[in-house]
Amino acid sequence: MSDLISMTATEIAALVAGGETSAVEVTQAHLDRIAAVDDRVHAFLHVDTDGALAAARAVDERRAAGEELGPLAGVPVAVKDVLATRGVPTTVGSKILEGWRPPYDATIVQRLREAGTVMLGKTNMDEFAMGSSTEYSAYGPTHNPWDLSRIPGGSGGGSAAALAAYEAPLAIGSDTGGSIRQPGAVTGTVGAKPTYGGTSRYGLVAFSSSLDTPGPCARTVLDAALLHQVIGGHDPRDSTSIPQPVPDVVAAAKLGATGDLTGVRLGIVSEFVGEGAEPGVMAAFRESVDALTKMGAEVVEVSCPTFAYALPAYYLIAPSECSSNLARFDGVRFGLRVGDDGNRSLEEVMSLTREAGFGPEVKRRIMIGTYALSSGYYDAYYGQAQKVRTLITRDFTAAFERVDALISPTTPSVAFPMGARTADPYQMYLADLYTIPTNLYGGPGISVPCGLSEGLPVGLQVMAPTMADDRMYRVAAALESAVGTFTPPAL
Amino acid sequence: MAAISREEVAHLARLSRLAVTEEELDTFAGQLDVILQAVAQVGEVAAADIPPTSHSVPLTNIFREDVVTPCLTPEEALSGAPDAEDQRFRVPRILTEDVAS
Repeated sequence: MSDLISMTATEIAALVAGGETSAVEVTQAHLDRIAAVDDRVHAFLHVDTDGALAAARAVDERRAAGEELGPLAGVPVAVKDVLATRGVPTTVGSKILEGWRPPYDATIVQRLREAGTVMLGKTNMDEFAMGSSTEYSAYGPTHNPWDLSRIPGGSGGGSAAALAAYEAPLAIGSDTGGSIRQPGAVTGTVGAKPTYGGTSRYGLVAFSSSLDTPGPCARTVLDAALLHQVIGGHDPRDSTSIPQPVPDVVAAAKLGATGDLTGVRLGIVSEFVGEGAEPGVMAAFRESVDALTKMGAEVVEVSCPTFAYALPAYYLIAPSECSSNLARFDGVRFGLRVGDDGNRSLEEVMSLTREAGFGPEVKRRIMIGTYALSSGYYDAYYGQAQKVRTLITRDFTAAFERVDALISPTTPSVAFPMGARTADPYQMYLADLYTIPTNLYGGPGISVPCGLSEGLPVGLQVMAPTMADDRMYRVAAALESAVGTFTPPAL
Repeated sequence: MAAISREEVAHLARLSRLAVTEEELDTFAGQLDVILQAVAQVGEVAAADIPPTSHSVPLTNIFREDVVTPCLTPEEALSGAPDAEDQRFRVPRILTEDVAS
């Protein structure tokens, strides 16, 4: 394995800036790695070899011309296929957008380019980001580099697996109910969901607009913070973007790495450390709590009783928004069109197009959402779920009066075997049990590797108040300094 | 008792513009029933006086400055269209001849 691919983004950027290696060399090393392992991992849906090398050459030229480079210049990044990339195929893991080359860049992609990062390609995902295993991708599943017979989490399994397989040092994900954090947990990588509105949704193919949050994925907390800083911040093109600067997450990660948490109050969510989690997951979590305590944190248990209803509320709110958002896939402006033989009506063509273009999980969620929004059921389902959302927010607010951040295992189990839950959609939903409340509340959450169970990674989740993303980075970096990082067996 | 019948699922599919097959209807009816029974748990929460939350960020209308910025050309905007004609999206027939005449 080349040294360049095992380095952190921070190390690569320093070498490029110092002229000790070139962005082209770094990029080529990662492209070689992808060529060597991705037939087994399948993290990528599209590798943009020419675009990546051209972007890398541009960085090297700027450096040669004496221009000042940003903190991540020359660092390769893998982008989840949910973000529009100008001229580069964007499928959202769905057949309905097969072959679509967007005429514009998502704001986050534009910021990545301006920062001099090098986009390697687009990563695999559950179709329309609906799923927890990447098995719902229309282009075949991604395999977990820790054990190729197991799932890499989802929906952002491609981004997380690319990091764990050393195919990329950085990746972008999107988190609607845990799609950054849960894949991070089960692949032994770091995944952060920023505060809702802290990262732009412009150019992010919408699933559930009040919940969708793009964010950084990396192998270390500091790398995630550096990427967060580059992609975050107000975007006038997103009407829900928060017009405030990004909290100083990089400084917070560096502070945390000193291993001192004196004065930091942490709350263990009582509801998430009961019988639901696997014993191995709980053992790793408990050891991590001891480590956090040793570093000076004051740890108490905090009850958030309505979190028990977060999962059912989420699986009403997200499908409702999805059923509305996905109405735009009508076979008119982009993507697939099926059955247009000159005789069929628009409505018939639309129905045949959507039938052929959407996979089963997307269809299920569109129908659940249509049901929950229909007049006879609105109050009992969607309306009630929105009220539960208020109560969950109140639980968070009350908790953050007592503690600075909440902690829990990120997921109830380690990576499960492929195929174990595809026949039972509701079992699949349970993988997001601990990550969903944060999305409903809108605050930030991060998963950081905290140990192994049966040889597979376990993640610890840190949840912070809205716009206090820096707090979660401090705690996560402190834990990382105590437990270290985790490397999968050689592929 | 089932929360949803096969006929209701067929109705939902029509509303959702999904031309599902008979086989899919059999599968979805069972699966949607399990999901709907599970999510109906939200009804256990006493929330009569609780205001709904649609969004975590307090939203007001946002207007950008009225400044001309570059935008897509017609060719770019139509580049992903399944069918286009005369700088427009071409769509299948919407009205029947009876209605149109």
